[in-house]
Amino acid sequence: MARTIIPFGPQHPVLPEPLHVKLVVEDEIVQEAIPALGYVHRGLEKLAEIRDYHQMIQIVERVCGICSNIHSMCYCQGIEEIMGVEVPDRAKYLRTIWSELHRMHSHLLWLGLFADAFGFEALFMQFWRIRERIMDINEATTGSRVITSVNVVGGVRQDLTPEMCSWILSEVNTAEKEIKGLQNTILNDYTVCTRTKGVGVLTKEQAYDLGAAGPTLRGSGVASDMRLLKYAAFDKIDFEPVVENDGDCYARSTVRFRETLQSAELVRQALAGLPQGEIATKVKGNPEGEVITRVEQPRGECLYYIKGNGSKYLDRVRIRTPTFANIPPLLAMLPHCELADVPVIILSIDPCISCTER
Amino acid sequence: MLNMTPTVLKNLLSKSSTRMYPVEKREPFDRYRGELFNNIDDCIFCKKCQIKCPSQCITVTKDKDSGTGTWVCDPFACVYCSICVDHCPTNSLYMKPVHRAPSAEREMIEQVGKVKPPKKKAK
Repeated sequence: MARTIIPFGPQHPVLPEPLHVKLVVEDEIVQEAIPALGYVHRGLEKLAEIRDYHQMIQIVERVCGICSNIHSMCYCQGIEEIMGVEVPDRAKYLRTIWSELHRMHSHLLWLGLFADAFGFEALFMQFWRIRERIMDINEATTGSRVITSVNVVGGVRQDLTPEMCSWILSEVNTAEKEIKGLQNTILNDYTVCTRTKGVGVLTKEQAYDLGAAGPTLRGSGVASDMRLLKYAAFDKIDFEPVVENDGDCYARSTVRFRETLQSAELVRQALAGLPQGEIATKVKGNPEGEVITRVEQPRGECLYYIKGNGSKYLDRVRIRTPTFANIPPLLAMLPHCELADVPVIILSIDPCISCTER
Repeated sequence: MLNMTPTVLKNLLSKSSTRMYPVEKREPFDRYRGELFNNIDDCIFCKKCQIKCPSQCITVTKDKDSGTGTWVCDPFACVYCSICVDHCPTNSLYMKPVHRAPSAEREMIEQVGKVKPPKKKAK
C-alpha cells in the first residue's frame, strides 16, 4: 500500500486560520497527523515588558478577536487578585453579560463556519444573520463590534442604561427564537447527520487523558466548565454544563448549539439580577506577586499566569488558550478517518491558531 | 430531509437582510468609537493621552519659545479604544460615531494650538 504525505494548510479554503497539518495517508484513509504551528506568532507576551499593566489589557484583548472580552476579563481578574482590588457587584454582572454575549456570537460564528465546512451554505448564512444581532448589541453598548475594550482593572468602563437593558433583552429573545428555528436543521438534517455522526470520535478516557478543553471535552461526556469556579457573577446565576456523550463531531456541534441557547438564558438571568451601584473602583499602586486565573472561553478553559514585580511593568504574562489544549485530542481524532472528513474534524475543535501562537 | 425548505421559502418572500451599503447607510450607534478628534482650543498639552495610549500613537510636544503646542496622532496606529478620551482632564478629546474615511496615503493628524499660561495662584 502506498503511503503518501499530504499537506493540509496553512492556507486552506475551509479554514480561516493558518493551521498546517501533514497527513500521512494510505488509500485516502488518514494514518497519522503531524501538526506544524508558528505561522502567526506575534510576540504579544513579550510586550508585557514594555507596556504597563493597564495598557496590557488592550494587548491581551487582541490575542483573539472572537473572545476578546473574555481575555481581558481573565487578565483583569488576575491583576485584581494580586492587588486585592474588590470589584463592585454591578461591574461583575456587566462582565458576565458581555462575556456571555461574546460566547453567543462566537458559537454562532462557529456553527456557520461548520455548516460551510461540509458545504451547507444556506445554513451558514442563516447563523451569521442571527449573529449580527449580537454584534449590534456589542456595538451599541460598548462602542465596538468585536474588540469591546470595556474591562479595566477594578471594574468596567461602560454602564448599561435601563433602556439598553430592555433592548438587549428583546434582541436576545429574538435571536434565541431564530436559533430555535434552525434547531431542526442543525440537529436532524440528513446532510448534517451523515457528515458528522460517527466522525472524529474522541472517547471519554481519551478526552480526559489528553487534556481536552471546552466543548471538545463536554462533547465527550465530561462535565467540566470553568464557569463553575464562580468567577464574575456566575456564583449568583444558575446553570448546568451542557454535556453530550457520543464524542463525535455531531456531539461537539450539539454542545455548541445548546450552549448558545444557554448563554441567552444566562444573559437574561444576569440582566434580571443586575444590581445598582458603582461600576469601577479606583486602583492605586502596582501589582507584586504571581497568580493563575482561569475562565471559560467559548472554546474552553483559558489560563493566565501573571507575575508582577512591584513596578508598573509585569515580569511575565503567560497565556494558555483552549486551542493549545485541544491540539493533542485533535491528533487523536484524525487517524483512521477519511481524507474528506479532515476539514470537518479540524473545525469541530474550533481551532483558533492566532490565540495558540499569540 | 427538507428541514431547511421552510426557512428558504420564508427568506425568498421576506425582504433582504442586507442593505446596499455605500448608497444606504445605517444610523451610527451613539457609543460607537469611530474617529478621534482633538478640540485644540481646550487642549493644555499635558501629555496624559500620550502616556495612557496603549498603541502609543499620540505625540504631544510643547515649544516654549513660540508658546505653541503640537498634538500629533497617527490614525493608522490608533486602535480606537478611547482610553485617551477617558483620561483627558479638559475633555478636549472626543470620538465621533462615524467611520474614518479611507485614504490612499499615510497621513498624520497634526494640530497646533496655543499653550495657555499657567494660572497665577491667588494671593
